[in-house]
Amino acid sequence: MRDTRRYERIAFNLLLLATLIIIAPVGIIVFIVLWHGLPGLSWEFLTAMPRDGMRAGGIFPAIVGTILLTIGTAVFSIPLGILAAIYLNEYAERNWLTRMVEISIINLAGIPSIVYGLFGLGLFVSFLGFGASILAGSLTLAIMTLPVIITATREALGSVPNAFREVSFSLGASRWQTVRGVVLPNAIPGILTGTILGLSRAAGETAPILFTVAAFYLPRLPESIFDQAMALPYHIYVLSTQVPNVSLKVQYSTVLVLVALVFVMNLTAAYIRSKFRKRKTW
Amino acid sequence: MRRPFEYVIEKAIFLSGAASILFVALIFIFLLKEGLALFGEVNFFSFLLGTNWYPISDPPQFGILPLILGSVFVTLGAIVIAVPLGLAAAIYTAEVAPRSIRGILKSGIELLAAIPSIVLGFIGIIFLAPLLKNLFNLPSGLTALAGSIMLAFMAMPTIVSIIEDAIVSVPKNYKEGSLALGATHWQTIYRVILPAASSGIIAAVMLGIGRVIGETMAVLMITGNAAIMPTSFLQPVRTLTATVAAEMGEAVSGSLHYYSLFAIGIILFIISFIINILADMFLNRSRSRR
Repeated sequence: MRDTRRYERIAFNLLLLATLIIIAPVGIIVFIVLWHGLPGLSWEFLTAMPRDGMRAGGIFPAIVGTILLTIGTAVFSIPLGILAAIYLNEYAERNWLTRMVEISIINLAGIPSIVYGLFGLGLFVSFLGFGASILAGSLTLAIMTLPVIITATREALGSVPNAFREVSFSLGASRWQTVRGVVLPNAIPGILTGTILGLSRAAGETAPILFTVAAFYLPRLPESIFDQAMALPYHIYVLSTQVPNVSLKVQYSTVLVLVALVFVMNLTAAYIRSKFRKRKTW
Repeated sequence: MRRPFEYVIEKAIFLSGAASILFVALIFIFLLKEGLALFGEVNFFSFLLGTNWYPISDPPQFGILPLILGSVFVTLGAIVIAVPLGLAAAIYTAEVAPRSIRGILKSGIELLAAIPSIVLGFIGIIFLAPLLKNLFNLPSGLTALAGSIMLAFMAMPTIVSIIEDAIVSVPKNYKEGSLALGATHWQTIYRVILPAASSGIIAAVMLGIGRVIGETMAVLMITGNAAIMPTSFLQPVRTLTATVAAEMGEAVSGSLHYYSLFAIGIILFIISFIINILADMFLNRSRSRR
């Protein structure tokens, strides 16, 4: 008996150790990036054009590019994703078509990011003639983000109790009026959380934008959606592997800006989630 | 009573729902459209099983076996590292951790998932590669092992969260029955809860594999990028994904090289399709048990 208790204690300590091995690197990475990245961070670094073959100056165009791509992704993926989730949760019947849609979403979620890059190159850049542009990059990222938004929205819609819908129907409201007036308002926090998380992933992606929008070096701001743009993730790749003799300080500060952007989006999502979970009364 | 707006919006809802099918079809069609052109010139089997990848030599050789093996090596290594750790962390979070720190652990794992792969690649170049170089006395630390370690961390959030879900959804009376018979909590976990959650665990491993095979930027940066037949974890390799990312920039549109990279895309698409369908089957099985 005492032996089994001791085994249990040993086992639980090993489990704890494994958990720490997974989580500790997050803290270590954040610390390293802050430690080495903060000294190089300045107003000039954030708002100036790159100089000396990107070894000096700032990363303004890459920041703007990433923000524009994220907005473009949001414009295409949010309406489509929310409507698709409404279809699956509120309208669809259990039939082969619904099953096909579900399987498609699962597959969209699993397709490697570089394959999205190839697809964007084939369809948007070449076939539709958008060229390497913010439009082509945003569309590619939007399709990649779609399954995240659909899944999160569907979960949020699903967590609204059925009694809410039944009361609305019994008052004579149509299905759409019920969705619009009763289900959606109660699901908004969950939808927001999932959407922000999906967009934060899109903001950090490199592979899908490699051939669809990313400019190696473009020391000006894009003028239209048919322009190429620099982007933070690709800029990190360029600085760390393609351009010789970039000081580590510049590299770390660029990484810090991207990590900060992504983490702020994640923390916002977590904040919305916890705030509304407390307010929920059902 | 149905107003025109309602009619339009309900049509839009239906079309948006069906759009996912269209996108998957479009992706496959455009990969085929650009990729199949290769097989007019190159035999399919010499593409799949050829051991030489010299796409810009004269004459060019398009054998992707070294790239397939590169992906297999890196993926195997990553899964060997990620599955035991991920399983342990999932058990700890779901069953052992006090309620007060459970939320913190989950947020930590979510943050790990949030770190962009390019950042992990960057950290890998600066810290992991030199560490491995000194540890094993290598000419360069940019090896399959470095890729495996980095990718293990990328697969872990997926693995942990799916296994945790599976554990939490094991019916409570299984656990209570076992405890009532006098088993310790640990005996209950590995004799009752884990077997009951096995479908979910298998699904987690499969989705972890899918995540690792598809990863691109981090492997491109830290596996050393040598398109040769791999024989050891301590040598540089190159994966399918990294090859596409590294070479598409220079491939001339409409050349055999360009087509061959799309053909690699077809292979990746099919692999991820199979993995996801299988994982979904296991997930459904684990859910239907509830």
